[in-house]
Amino acid sequence: MVDVTPHGADFIPPAEVAEAELYHPHSWWTRYVFSQDAKVIAIQYAGTALGIGLVALVLSWLMRLKLAFPDTFSFITPDAYYQFMTMHGMIMVIYLLTALFLGGFGNYLIPLMVGARDMVFPYVNMLSYWIYLLAVLVLVGSFFAPGGPTGAGWTLYPPQAILSGTPGGQDWGIILMLVSLILFIIGFTMGGLNYVVTVLQGRTRGMTLMRLPLTVWGIFTATVMALLAFPALFVACVMMLFDRIIGSSFFMPAIVEMGEQLPHNGGSPIMFQHLFWFFGHPEVYIVALPAFGIVSDLISTHARKNIFGYRMMVWAIIGIGALSFVVWAHHMYVSGMHPYFGFFFATTTLIIAVPTAIKVYNWVLTLWRGDIHLTIPMLFALAFIVTFVNGGLTGLFLGNVVVDVPLSDTMFVVAHFHMVMGVAPILVIFGAIYHWYPKITGRMLNEWMGRFHFWVTFVGAYLIFFPMHYVGLVGVPRRYPELGDTAFIPPSVHTLNEFITVAALTVGFAQMVFLFNLIWSIRHGRHAGDNPWGAATLEWQTAGTPPPHGNFGKELPVVYRWAYDYSVPGAPEDFIPQNDPGPLTQGRPA
Amino acid sequence: MSAILIFLALITGIAGWWLARQRLMSKPWLEAGTVNAFPQTEAPLTHPAKIGLGVFLAVVGTLFALFISAYFMRMVYDDWQAPPMPRLLWLNTGMLVLASVSLQCAVVAAHKDQLDNLKLALLAGALTSVAFLGGQLLAWRDLAAEGYFAAENPAVSFFYLITAMHGLHVIGGLVVLGRTNVRVWLGEKSSKLVLSTELCAMYWHVLLIVWLVLFAVLMGWAAGFIDVCRRLLS
Repeated sequence: MVDVTPHGADFIPPAEVAEAELYHPHSWWTRYVFSQDAKVIAIQYAGTALGIGLVALVLSWLMRLKLAFPDTFSFITPDAYYQFMTMHGMIMVIYLLTALFLGGFGNYLIPLMVGARDMVFPYVNMLSYWIYLLAVLVLVGSFFAPGGPTGAGWTLYPPQAILSGTPGGQDWGIILMLVSLILFIIGFTMGGLNYVVTVLQGRTRGMTLMRLPLTVWGIFTATVMALLAFPALFVACVMMLFDRIIGSSFFMPAIVEMGEQLPHNGGSPIMFQHLFWFFGHPEVYIVALPAFGIVSDLISTHARKNIFGYRMMVWAIIGIGALSFVVWAHHMYVSGMHPYFGFFFATTTLIIAVPTAIKVYNWVLTLWRGDIHLTIPMLFALAFIVTFVNGGLTGLFLGNVVVDVPLSDTMFVVAHFHMVMGVAPILVIFGAIYHWYPKITGRMLNEWMGRFHFWVTFVGAYLIFFPMHYVGLVGVPRRYPELGDTAFIPPSVHTLNEFITVAALTVGFAQMVFLFNLIWSIRHGRHAGDNPWGAATLEWQTAGTPPPHGNFGKELPVVYRWAYDYSVPGAPEDFIPQNDPGPLTQGRPA
Repeated sequence: MSAILIFLALITGIAGWWLARQRLMSKPWLEAGTVNAFPQTEAPLTHPAKIGLGVFLAVVGTLFALFISAYFMRMVYDDWQAPPMPRLLWLNTGMLVLASVSLQCAVVAAHKDQLDNLKLALLAGALTSVAFLGGQLLAWRDLAAEGYFAAENPAVSFFYLITAMHGLHVIGGLVVLGRTNVRVWLGEKSSKLVLSTELCAMYWHVLLIVWLVLFAVLMGWAAGFIDVCRRLLS
């Protein structure tokens, strides 16, 4: 390693901008509830997201029970099934994954990892959480509204979304859903501005962009994408509210419903699909990029080896982020588009596989001849790689128009997207929680509960979604609450369905163990110390664990190296923290 | 979706230009040492609030680019009938231009530490903006009086929707501008108001540009322009 400090420069010039004054809370309320400290906001975000995620988990059990045993669970009506399905999808994608990765991990890790005392706009950051909470409450409220929540599917396609045949279409369900989404987007924008500007402006001395941990790169790029993609959902929601409430015709064509001509005329449902997927596809990568970043750090730390191809990893993140804005119409192959249009989007979709594959190769090459510690975070990271490759490969099938058309609307698609953006990011979230819980609470999570949780979740997820691909290949359609006696569906599918449901319930049980572990370990976990994993990034070098208000003691750390100096030959330990001047103080290496 | 793609291409260009100056080609694993080596990659000296507002304005731009995209996508259908635009819109546009100009004067005054001019310019900016909003409301009333209600025709719905969205952004800006006004009248030093004034001016300039584009779209000029482009291409 070469010392790049200019010759003769022994001291670090003071920053030209004075440190921003840190807000100090004065009461219990401003310290723990209306807190402006990013770490507290992060825990609030994560707690809320996990709480609402639990609701979505329970909804998935109810759906699985109905699919496997339609007669026993006849009290789950088709309407209720649609409502469960819609809420499950919406909660998981937006209110859990987006909020947890960006609001949770983003808030906790960005200031700590870039060496800042807090986010740059703490007050706006606090508002962001409270508006998010309001959005969640409105969503929950729709369960108790007359007519129940909307059952339009998580894509909320018009015209069905606001017709009386769809649950909640002519009641409060759809209105509350749209309002909740609008609130979420406003809240997210407030938070997102913070994450972006903190990475741009809050970096400590010596933290160049190319020394940022990949976690920060992932969250940063995902936030930029989210800031540019969520407005599309916002526009779609506002216009659909207009259609629903004042009867305009943005999306609604002329429709006769129950023998009655509706006031709408001439609107374009396809326009909604364009707007929705202009948000919807980047959303996949908004969830995936933070996962990519976090998993890179987990693998490097727990394999005690520097990340392979750091530059490539950064370029790939940026490339994926940019490309994901020009692939949206691959969700619309069956909407009747011009063949050349489909060809264009199939091409861009397949091109995304290149940077993604670069990342996968780099993870594997990081593991190659590493000193792999099979800790729980590492297990989850490894499971992520396998699952992501698996889900990504079926994505290559579905990206081609000719393959997609027959498979569209079958359980194959359900299996694909659950693998690639359900199970894979969730595995990273678990890995990340096991990895950073010691920093957040000062205690380790219980090892045996953790291993039980990992194996049941990982194997169970495969038992659920692997057979589901075959169910889809037979032609079983998605969104059907029960299959009935259909000639082309063999009896084995019914048996398989029961098997999948049992697996799903088992995996669900393992999550209860995980939640118990989270609570139990706060008091009873083993003391972790400041740096239990021997990690090099700045969040492990704080002035105490959990980090105090202001994160770092009197002085902000100065960064001398990149985030992946593991197993450096000649170094006293097998890692060199980023803020360690290292051998530089003893004299320059040649 | 052409409008949003053009806008995003612009954003990508800016982001690419910025990234190109961040030493993305460097090999961090070979370089240890202090910050002195690459001063240009340190966090910029600009106040965070300015960068934050810049990012926010990019989001605002995305939002309106998407509305315009939807407008163009919807207008090709047969039932589209653009309403006659109230002539009041011209006056309103003038008001918004005046607001922008006043705020620019306010920035100059704040830099030169001329408290009286600053007071006057900030007040003028706020009043002309309020006049703009009032004018928009009157334009709505005119249109409604002629029988064009929001649900009548998608072109009319778009007019109400887009002007309302733009108006809401002006109102949001007025809250901050109002606070700045109060601070200057309460006698705060003008050196402390430089940042607030600059932020307000920046926000108003962008809202003015957004309005001019929206105005062109609503008046139908933009569609004609796109038609010409299409013919040139095909």
